[in-house]
Amino acid sequence: MNDMTPTAAERAAKLEGLGCKRKRVEDIRFVQGKGNYVDDLKLPGMLYGDLVRSPHGHARITRLDTTKAAAVPGVVAVLTADVLKTVNLAWMPTLAGDVQMVLADGKVLFQNQEVAFVVAESREAAADAVELVEVEYEPLPVNVDPLKAMAPNAPVIREDIKDKTDGAHGKRKHYNHVFSWQAGDKAAADAAFEKADVKIREFIVYPRVHPCPLETCQCVASFDKIEGELTLWGTFQAPHVIRTVGSLISKIPEHKIHVIAPDIGGGFGNKVGAYSGYICAIVASIVTGRPVKWTEDRIENLSTTAFARDFHMDVEIACTKDGKVTGLRCYTIADHGAFDACANATKWPAGLFSIISGSYDFPAAYCLVDGVYTNKAPGGVAYRCSFRVTEAAYCIERAMDIMAQKLGMDPAEFRMKNLIRREQFPYTSAFGWQYDSGDYQTALKKAMEATNYTKLRDEQKAKREAFKRGETRELMGIGVAFFTEIVGAGPSRACDILGIAMFDSAEIRIHPTGSGICRLGTKSQGQGHETTYAQIIATELGLPADNITVEEGNTDTAPYGLGTYGSRSTPVSGAATAMACRKIKAKAQMIAAYMLEVHDDDLEWDVDRFRVKGNPERSKTMTELAWAAYHEVPPGMEPGLEAINYYDPPNFTFPYGAYICVVDIDVDTGMAKVRRFFALDDCGTRINPMIIEGQIHGGLTEAFGIAMGQEIHYDPDGNVTTASFMDYFLPTAVETPHWETDWTEVPSPHHPIGAKGVGESPNVGGVPCFSNAVNDAFSFLGSTHIQMPHDHWRVWTAAENLGLHQ
Amino acid sequence: MAKSQVAMTVNGTTVEALVEPRTLLIHFLREELRLTGPHIGCETSHCGACTVDLNGKSVKSCTMFAVQANGADIRTIEGMANPDGTLHALQEGFREMHGLQCGFCTPGMVTRAYRLLQENNNPSEEEIRFGIAGNLCRCTGYQNIVKAIQYAAAKLNGVPFQEAAE
Repeated sequence: MNDMTPTAAERAAKLEGLGCKRKRVEDIRFVQGKGNYVDDLKLPGMLYGDLVRSPHGHARITRLDTTKAAAVPGVVAVLTADVLKTVNLAWMPTLAGDVQMVLADGKVLFQNQEVAFVVAESREAAADAVELVEVEYEPLPVNVDPLKAMAPNAPVIREDIKDKTDGAHGKRKHYNHVFSWQAGDKAAADAAFEKADVKIREFIVYPRVHPCPLETCQCVASFDKIEGELTLWGTFQAPHVIRTVGSLISKIPEHKIHVIAPDIGGGFGNKVGAYSGYICAIVASIVTGRPVKWTEDRIENLSTTAFARDFHMDVEIACTKDGKVTGLRCYTIADHGAFDACANATKWPAGLFSIISGSYDFPAAYCLVDGVYTNKAPGGVAYRCSFRVTEAAYCIERAMDIMAQKLGMDPAEFRMKNLIRREQFPYTSAFGWQYDSGDYQTALKKAMEATNYTKLRDEQKAKREAFKRGETRELMGIGVAFFTEIVGAGPSRACDILGIAMFDSAEIRIHPTGSGICRLGTKSQGQGHETTYAQIIATELGLPADNITVEEGNTDTAPYGLGTYGSRSTPVSGAATAMACRKIKAKAQMIAAYMLEVHDDDLEWDVDRFRVKGNPERSKTMTELAWAAYHEVPPGMEPGLEAINYYDPPNFTFPYGAYICVVDIDVDTGMAKVRRFFALDDCGTRINPMIIEGQIHGGLTEAFGIAMGQEIHYDPDGNVTTASFMDYFLPTAVETPHWETDWTEVPSPHHPIGAKGVGESPNVGGVPCFSNAVNDAFSFLGSTHIQMPHDHWRVWTAAENLGLHQ
Repeated sequence: MAKSQVAMTVNGTTVEALVEPRTLLIHFLREELRLTGPHIGCETSHCGACTVDLNGKSVKSCTMFAVQANGADIRTIEGMANPDGTLHALQEGFREMHGLQCGFCTPGMVTRAYRLLQENNNPSEEEIRFGIAGNLCRCTGYQNIVKAIQYAAAKLNGVPFQEAAE
């Protein structure tokens, strides 16, 4: 071998495979304004749809007259529930087994509910006509408080199912009850509490929030009457699910529906569901024979399509006096709004909430969740989290702090004592989850060392003394959070949506010259899939990532998949990609053996080629083998080099992390300034560290928004008071803290490349960390729990209630 | 509705059109001129996805009528690349520093940063954060956007870019 021959390491580096901070492929078009988002689409003859919405939170419709609206120049059609009934689409099934009005049928159940759909030649004409649809309402009593939903005299939200005693998830115990769901062992948990030395109980509210991607939900529906085919472009995180649901409810054969999700301007869960606007645009296109575009404005987005959280949790922990947890109980009321449109796997009406035992070795645990109907918007999506994991992580992390406070222990020390130990993995939790891998103590220790935790506590102690002496009006809070996520839904034995198992897919085709295309069932909304999937292939097949095109979002070309949410792309489609590569590699190995005239077993893999064992000069690169696959395959072998894999994961993956945050609070203004935030994440094998860090930054910023200011708030009359950017807090660059990140890397033992998924971790861990910091600031004054969001007014109020303003 | 005649320079090209007086500038740019780089995120001037450069100022084109831009000189993201077709230092910086994810805020963010650097060619981190506070990003957490702008400032000033220590 002469000196010019590249070393194995040099050849590997050129591939830009696993572990490479590869620059993103998609950025080339985005930085030039050449992305292709739904609203960029303008088809010949395209019409614009706009929705008439209810000003009331709960009211009967006594009159609905579209005559004046239909007479507006440029208006082509006006759809109402009565029109939709003629095609049996006034109601649609939800992902959660409930039904939902597409347009108000007899009454409205939440403010801004869709009442009529105007279709016109221009968006301005449509908006004019919306103003002229005449609707008369007879207001009904409103309930927006989930804790009052099951009162004996509560307003009946759902008249259509008032007398139904069985729901999609079993017995209903009240006309506003959606489901009861429980997990764990109640008797064992009760026994632990009877024997406990120390107990805490707290009522913890995770308020209703909204994912709020910068691009709202939108679609263009185009029905071809001649062929009977529907093409639907839309902001869909799960395009195949939209196609299947669309076929089931419209009766258009599935092969005649073409769903295309182009570039998506952020999703965070908002774009999983099927919304009224989509159905109306489809029907309008069928009725008019022309393409119809529907785009939400921001108020419509915040107040109607999706919400997250709204979990009201009564949590208890039992503990020995020396600080070892022995039991956990949690009773939750979940506010589902007017229709149960939660995006959850079918068997899990409360999602994966039973991850609530968190990162700790609880011998006994039990949880019960009751879902209820109220006069609020439907949705119940995961806002950058995997199916209610954020609610669970927030609840347990707050509760652990409250217990530490009662024991007089440091919150980090208390956690360290109770974390699942490295040698316990794979670890089966009291709720039955099998945690795949982890080294929790090392992660927490590393975070504590990086932040000089002991010194921070010393500083806090001195500041508290100074505060008591009246020398400062500032309080210092230190937040500690250790979270474990459960992502990668999911194993078919546990997870399906409307009966479709939650596998995902990858189809890889290698072209004769050694480049290729990979198509997947997932759909990027900013995660950089075009960049990262190619890196998996680069390492698996020894072809440069730059030679691989990654394509998603077209249901005609992509293999079937359940889409991107719940941090499932890497755990499921990432695995499918690796497995499809391995099929290709096995075939390439046979071709290489034939060409080199050796037995398959005499070959070994070397970065980008197969070489003969003991004779490395004799080798065939993957590029050569790609050519051979179309040129000189062994006798009897099918030509070509491609493979498809549908990956049904054997288990979920369990990413985790240790976060530490420092806040300084001015008790007189209620301002909480984040001085420092340190996030250590373990997402298993790291595919692209640059993208991982970007995901962490973004998720932490969302967590900061949620913890410090976000809430979708309703007044008692059912008015949503936070439906614009004037009232719904999105952090700007000014208030967003500086993020410090670090990692450990314990691979998942059951994933082909050991990756666990990362996108949602910072939201799951970030929210409790901020909240713990604010709560910690006041804990020495006897305060146990202050509800989120910790905006200035609420923090000021907490200080006021503690008598700090006298 | 009676239409009004407008004429303006967009990315160096003169355009003339008849528009309804109520047509918003963002709709005119996106739907008439088919410049779909600037985006619509809120229609209330908060998010900045629609930011364009108008007569030497950053303007949110969702809350301005096309007729108000009569006679104006406008630059959008589509006119940001260098005359030779290579990427502007800001466009390069956003990619190099991973200053974007979904790409929806990016055109407005780059256009805003362009004006910021015209006004202050060597801004501090604090000045950058304040300078882009009218542009929301839901994906990146801003930290890498700040770096991207610092990268561009260094490049435009002909000095080596040094990433601040974490």
